[in-house]
Amino acid sequence: MNAPPVRIISRIDIKGPNVIKGIHLEGLKVVGQPGAMVRKYYEQGADEIIYMDVVASLYGRNSILSVVEEAAAELFVPMTVGGAIRSIEDIVSALRSGADKVAINTAALQRPEFLTEAAETFGRQCIVLSVEAKRRDARKWEALTDNGREQTGIDVLDWVVEAEARGIGEILVTSVDMEGTEKGFDIELVKAVRDRVSVPVIACGGAGEGAHIQMLLEESQCDAVCCASLFHYDRLPLPALKSELAAVGWVVRQ
Amino acid sequence: MIAVVDYGRGNLYSLSHALSHIGVDHAVSERPEDIRVAAAIVLPGVGAFADAMDALAARDLIASLRDAAARGVPLLGICLGMQILAATSEEFGARDGLGIISGSVRALPKPCGPGGIRIPNMGWRKLAPFREDSLFDGLPADIMTYFVHSYGFFAQDDLIVATSDVNGLAVPAIVRQEQVVGCQFHPEKSGPVGLQMLRNFFAEIGVTGIK
Repeated sequence: MNAPPVRIISRIDIKGPNVIKGIHLEGLKVVGQPGAMVRKYYEQGADEIIYMDVVASLYGRNSILSVVEEAAAELFVPMTVGGAIRSIEDIVSALRSGADKVAINTAALQRPEFLTEAAETFGRQCIVLSVEAKRRDARKWEALTDNGREQTGIDVLDWVVEAEARGIGEILVTSVDMEGTEKGFDIELVKAVRDRVSVPVIACGGAGEGAHIQMLLEESQCDAVCCASLFHYDRLPLPALKSELAAVGWVVRQ
Repeated sequence: MIAVVDYGRGNLYSLSHALSHIGVDHAVSERPEDIRVAAAIVLPGVGAFADAMDALAARDLIASLRDAAARGVPLLGICLGMQILAATSEEFGARDGLGIISGSVRALPKPCGPGGIRIPNMGWRKLAPFREDSLFDGLPADIMTYFVHSYGFFAQDDLIVATSDVNGLAVPAIVRQEQVVGCQFHPEKSGPVGLQMLRNFFAEIGVTGIK
């Protein structure tokens, strides 16, 4: 049986009106305007867009939702919104703005029941668990909150099991250690998470070249790959990445 | 009027924008009287089968949808909106659907190995056309569309227009019974391919001004 198509997701980190990018989720620098960037990625064949509000302030939420609303009116691909999702009302606003899914991290770690309520209200396909994983030891990662700013002491591998039991439909796992470094993924993390759960897993953090993604796919068999710097800095534009993957036998949407 | 049924269980924003984008005038409505007079109906939906049927019942929409289909009013069901066209579902216990297209809704097969499709089946999948259909007009042979589902609508062969492979099983991706079409994938989220399929559906039923 052939492997299913690889889903390539473009991640847009938003701060106020700008797209920003950091390293290890810190040292944020403006890389462009969301409208133009998302349109470019859509036209280049991004399979999905994830918007992440890195500040998650009240001002930020209104700002990110207007970005999503504008994009969803003209660009017809799946969109996920994360970063300021704290309540059922927040999810309603995100969906009304044109998002298909929401990614939840901080609010779920503070109150895990929120995942159950969200999944029961909107269906599991709508709820993505976002995990910011910081490596603490061999095969041990801590779940961070608030875009990597706060520690929780919670073990990532325990947390993803609980979250799946609470009904989430997908897991976005971001390696804080590799994020923005362009030095490759924390493949061990992705594999460990994927081994613990049966829902799809999206790997994020560290892509700097096509070889990183090939290695990730071969070793972890993750369901989707999420990239930011790779596309923002034109290290490997989306069409080139897809051609490279197709050339070595992965199925991609051209 | 073309009615998009709003029963609180769908992302209507994108669907409505996709229809506007291709020049299809439509009204989003939850009122049975609008469904009764609609020239065509789009039935979207995400979430759980039983919950969707409850939501339709609460708005008194079930009879108007069945009547419309019986009168031959063109109907496009999308994702869960496709599945509730079925007679029954096994999701969380047996439950009757609208019974507009005969068939039943059952869980998708789980992956057998590490490289299979995890459930929910979420992502772009290849469509395997089962027969010729105007929905494919202007499209290349090899196309992918965006799916999000844990259950499939299993119908008899002569109703299946296209399938998509899920862990070795050909799961119906498009079913058609005359003017009633069900799409398991989201055409409104499937980029230019999905928009073209929407254009084809509305062109076929005689909607003018499509762009």
